[in-house]
Amino acid sequence: MSADLAIRLRGVVKRYGSITAVDGLDLEVPVGTCVGLLGPNGAGKSTTMRLLTAQAIADEGDLEVLGYRLPEESKQARAQLGVTPQLDNLDTTLTVEQNLLVFTHLYRIGRADRRAAIARALAMANLVGRRESRVDKLSGGMRRRLLIARALVHRPRLVLLDEPTVGLDPQVRQELWALIDALRAEGTTILMSTHYIEEAQRLADTVLIMSHGSAVAAGPPAQLVAEHAGREAVEVYGPPPRLAEVETAARTAGLRTRRTGTSVSVLGVEGADGRAPEGERRPANLEDVFVLLTGEEIA
Amino acid sequence: MAIATPPRPARLGRLERPALTGVLVREIVNYSSYWRASTFSSTVEPTIYLLAFGFGFGSLVSEIAGYEYVEFVGTGTVATAVLFSSAFPAMFGTFVKYQFQRTYDAVLAAPVDTEELVTAEALWMAIRAGVYGCVPLVVAVFFGLDPAWGMLTVPGIAFVAGFGWACFGISVAGFASSFENFNYVVSAVLTPLFLVAGTFFPLSELPEWAQIAGELNPLHHCVELVRHAAFGWDGWTDLVRLGALVLFGLVMWRIAIYAMTRKLVD
Repeated sequence: MSADLAIRLRGVVKRYGSITAVDGLDLEVPVGTCVGLLGPNGAGKSTTMRLLTAQAIADEGDLEVLGYRLPEESKQARAQLGVTPQLDNLDTTLTVEQNLLVFTHLYRIGRADRRAAIARALAMANLVGRRESRVDKLSGGMRRRLLIARALVHRPRLVLLDEPTVGLDPQVRQELWALIDALRAEGTTILMSTHYIEEAQRLADTVLIMSHGSAVAAGPPAQLVAEHAGREAVEVYGPPPRLAEVETAARTAGLRTRRTGTSVSVLGVEGADGRAPEGERRPANLEDVFVLLTGEEIA
Repeated sequence: MAIATPPRPARLGRLERPALTGVLVREIVNYSSYWRASTFSSTVEPTIYLLAFGFGFGSLVSEIAGYEYVEFVGTGTVATAVLFSSAFPAMFGTFVKYQFQRTYDAVLAAPVDTEELVTAEALWMAIRAGVYGCVPLVVAVFFGLDPAWGMLTVPGIAFVAGFGWACFGISVAGFASSFENFNYVVSAVLTPLFLVAGTFFPLSELPEWAQIAGELNPLHHCVELVRHAAFGWDGWTDLVRLGALVLFGLVMWRIAIYAMTRKLVD
């Protein structure tokens, strides 16, 4: 079963007027793994998510989710899919339990199993004590946890998380990571879009980096780092003219660089004694790869 | 790599009962949190119309088209109550759920299609219209309208009319790109239809072209049916009126599904 795919996209194209949001995307999510879709804003991550629930219909390409062809068989796929949207769309005047109850009906859980399904989702999201609270009385972190719990009531085989921690403070983010990690440990297949690099690095078995609607690199985070950014980087701080100087020098020496706002990182310096500038040495990371591949300019 | 092949459940069809139930449950559970406000407005509003017109106007005209004015208005405002509890909540509710609450994103990610979503929401508003539509009649009975067996059909008439108007409202929300667009519909469509329905004055006093136009107004058919339910049926004419309401409902239903599919699935 390890070779089976929960999601397979081939050459998927989605256009909105003159804008091509998804441009020939290939994506594979093996069963039982967590795949992170990493990309800057506007890279096509959310459109990809919408395509997977047939809320957007692809112009070209083949899409299969849990063995069902989209969009024709999307309803069958959706029955076994859990989705956490990027924007909170809980029913805010209802209680936590009522929100879950509604979704046990939408996901067609039989009468006999509803209570247990709600109890399980509450426990998973650590909201047992909040069962009776109205959603508009919950903190931002609790609402996010409930949003995830709501996607789990029917024990989906595949979970789509669209920017699960966007706009949350670090404590809450860690809480959610623990929840997602627990889900992963249960063997649920996860596709998660994010533009937080740390999130992808911690949670994803495989990362797919998207830029301008297509995949520019895919693989386990460590492998991507080794492949594109090398082992070590040197970070040089200084005033802008100095940074420009370092950049030019490094490029002449055949080294790759990237800006980090206040500094320049010179990459792949492990085998470049003498050619590398003086500065702080650090291990290369996924952010280096991300910026290298998706560009430094903000679109 | 091979694609995972799950055990295939029977192919899921269109307009499935579990999907409709799911959406209805969402509406009913939500209703439990706001039923007071909605019942209040649906009850008080037609009562005010009834009192204002019934006594205000009723002091000038005691009889109209062979009925006492309170009876005339009491039966007529059923259609008003139906309109207010279907078209308006459909327009505003649908737009809010789409634009601000993003409810539909969540519902459509579940095994529910747009067709089922629209149908269930329209059914729910039709049920409410069926119940709230009876309020003016009950109030009118307190003010002297004689109860009649035929009145037992009023919830059914209000349901059929309410379904059409709910679908009308959903369609408007589906085509509108902003809240402001609703103003055009309310001023140019709903207000004239509401006034030229035979609710407050009979259409027979209007010029002929307006009478003919009135026959195309679904609200007018609702008014006439309710009046006949209270005062005596008019045979085939009433069946044709009922047919017109059913047709209105069916056409609006398909338009609503088209409009919402266009809006929700891109």
